[in-house]
Amino acid sequence: MEFLGYFGDVFTPFNFMLLLIGTIGGLILGATPGLSPTMAVALLIPFTFKLEAAQGLILLGAAYTSTVAGGAVSAILLKIPGAPANIATTLDGHTMAQKGEGAKALQLSFLASAVGGVFGVLLLIFLTPMLAKWALAFGPSHLFWLAILGVTVIGSLDSSSLVKGLLSGCIGLWLATIGFDDIMGAQRFIFHPAVGGGINVIPALIGLFAIPQVITMFAKGRSATEAEVIVVQRSPIKSAIQEVFSRKRALAIGTAVGSVIGLIPGVGGQIAGLVAYDQSKKFSPESHKFGTGHSEGVIAAESANNAMVGPSLVPLLTLSIPGSPTAAVLLGGLLIHGIFPGSDLFDNHPDVAWTFINSMLIGQILMCIFGLYVAGIAASVARVPHAVMAAVVLGLAVFGSYSVQNSMGDVYVMASLGVGMYFLERFGFSAAPLVLGLILGPIAEANFVQGSMIANATSSVGSYFFTGPLNLTLIAIVVASIAYSAWMEFAHRRYTSKEEILG
Amino acid sequence: MSDLPRNQHIVASGVVAVVGIWVAYISYTQQPAAAFLFPRMISTVFAVLAIWTFGKALLGRSKVGQGLSKQAMTSILPGLIVMLVYVFWAAKGLGFYTASTITFFILLSLYDPAPHGDMRTWIKRIIITAGFLAVMYGLFAALLNVYTPREIFF
Repeated sequence: MEFLGYFGDVFTPFNFMLLLIGTIGGLILGATPGLSPTMAVALLIPFTFKLEAAQGLILLGAAYTSTVAGGAVSAILLKIPGAPANIATTLDGHTMAQKGEGAKALQLSFLASAVGGVFGVLLLIFLTPMLAKWALAFGPSHLFWLAILGVTVIGSLDSSSLVKGLLSGCIGLWLATIGFDDIMGAQRFIFHPAVGGGINVIPALIGLFAIPQVITMFAKGRSATEAEVIVVQRSPIKSAIQEVFSRKRALAIGTAVGSVIGLIPGVGGQIAGLVAYDQSKKFSPESHKFGTGHSEGVIAAESANNAMVGPSLVPLLTLSIPGSPTAAVLLGGLLIHGIFPGSDLFDNHPDVAWTFINSMLIGQILMCIFGLYVAGIAASVARVPHAVMAAVVLGLAVFGSYSVQNSMGDVYVMASLGVGMYFLERFGFSAAPLVLGLILGPIAEANFVQGSMIANATSSVGSYFFTGPLNLTLIAIVVASIAYSAWMEFAHRRYTSKEEILG
Repeated sequence: MSDLPRNQHIVASGVVAVVGIWVAYISYTQQPAAAFLFPRMISTVFAVLAIWTFGKALLGRSKVGQGLSKQAMTSILPGLIVMLVYVFWAAKGLGFYTASTITFFILLSLYDPAPHGDMRTWIKRIIITAGFLAVMYGLFAALLNVYTPREIFF
C-alpha cells in the first residue's frame, strides 16, 4: 500500500493543473482522426523537458489515458474512430447517436472507460511492485533475451507480415547501433554528421509516428471531412450510470479482456476492443441487438480499450520492456529524465513512480467527468480540415525535434525517418517494431556485451545465454510468438486461397 | 495484383535489401571487431530477412501493403516537396518562425478544400496562419525558451 503515501503529490496545484491539461487536451486530440494516442504522446514529450520527471509523466500519462477515451467521441458522433482502439465503439455507438441517443452513448462510453481504466490502473498498482522485485533476479542474459522478446513479439504480433515485422525490428536495432560504441569508442555507421552522436530517440519517435500521418493527410488531397456531426441532445447522467452498472456482464467482460490483453506485449487496444465486443456478443442473451445501437456493445468496447492502458505499462515499469508503441514513447519520456524503469524506479524514485501511477488513477475519473463536457468541442475539432491538421502537426514535429538538443541534426533525422517510414508502411512494414528495436537496442547490446564478458570469465557464451530455466523460457516465448504468427499467416493465406478459388 | 504495386514492391524491398547487405558488409569488415559484435548479429538477420523479402517481391508474392497509386503520389508530391524544402533548407536559412509560417500557409493553400476563387477563404487562411504563428511562438519561445535559428528573417 506504498502508493497511498504519494497520493498527495498528485493534488499539488501545479501537478493537478498538468493532469487537467493532459486530460482535457488528450480528449480533444483523441477525438481527432489521424492523431493516434502514440503520436499525441510523442508530440507532447518536448513540452516535458522543463518539468520534473513526475510532472512530465503526469502530463504524458493523462494524455495517453484520455486520448484512448477521446477517440470514442468521433467514433460515436462522426463514425470515424479517433484511434484504432475505438473501432469496436463505432459499431453500436454511432447507431445509438443516429437514433438520437448520442449523449447517452457518450455517457456510457466515458463511464465504461472510467470503470475499465480504474481497474486496469489498480492492476498496475498491485502487479508492478511484485514483478519489479522479481526482476531483480534477472541477469544480463535474461535482460538480453527480454529485449529481443520485446522486439520479436511486437514484430510478429503487431504486423500484417511476420517477415516484414521482424525486418522492421532489425532496422530499429541497427539504427540503435549508429554512433559511437560505448565500450571501444569506435565509430559505427556514421554516414552523415547529423547522426554523429547516434540517433536521439525523441526526434526519431516524433518522426516515425507524426510524419507518416502528415503525409497520409497530404494523400487525401483537397477532400473535405465529409462526416456530419450528430447534434447531441441532453440526457440525464443518472440513467447512464444505472445502465452501465445494470450491464455487469458487458462491463466485466470488457474490463477482464482489456486487462489481460494489455499485459501481453504487442497486442493493442484495437484487439482489446474488438475481442471484448465479440465475447460480450457471444455471452449476451440479446446478441441479436448488437450492431443496432445496443448499449452493451459500447460498454464492452470502451471498458476494454481503457482497461488495457494500465496493464500495458506493467512490462515497461518492471522490466524496461515497453509492451506497446505508446509505452515505448513513455519510456523515452522517462529516459530523458535519467530514470530507468525496473526495480531502480521503485527503489530510488518511488515518488516519481507512484505519483505517475496515482495520477493515472485520478486521470481516469477526471477523464470521465470532463469527457462529457468536452465531447462537443472535441467533435468540432475532429472536423478541422486535413490541411490544417497536417500543417500544425508538421510544425509541432519540427519545433519539438529541434527543442530536444537545439540541433538541426535532430530535425533532419526526424524528417528522414518519418518520410522513410511512410513509404515503408505503404509496403507492409510497421513503425511499432522499428521503434521497439530503436529503444531496446541499447539495452540488448549492453546486456549482450556484459553477458559475453561474464561468460568468457566463467563458462562459454553458448551455455551462458542458452541454458537455465529463465533463459529457456524467454527463448521459448520468442520462438512461440514467431511460430504462432507464422501459423496464423499460413492459415489466413490458405483460407484466402480457398475463398479465391470459390469466388 | 497489378504491375504497378508489384514493381513498387520490388523497388521498396530492393532498397531495404541493399541497406541490409551494406550494414552486414560494414559490420563484418570494420575494425575493431569487438565493437561490431552486436551489429554483426543483427545485420546477419537483417540481411537474410531483407533478401527473403526481395526474393518474394521478385516472385510477385509480396501481398502485404497497398503500394502507392498515381493519384496518391500526385496528391502527396507538392506537400512532400514543401515539407522537405522547409526542413532541409528554409527552417535554418530563413529562420524557424518565418519558414514555418510560409510553409503553413502554402500547405493550407495547397490542401484546403475551400474554393480558391473566394476572397474570404484567403482571409480565413491568413488569419489561421497568423494564429498558428502566435501559438508556436507562445509555446516554444515564451513558454519553453527554445532558442531557434533566426537567420536572415525571424
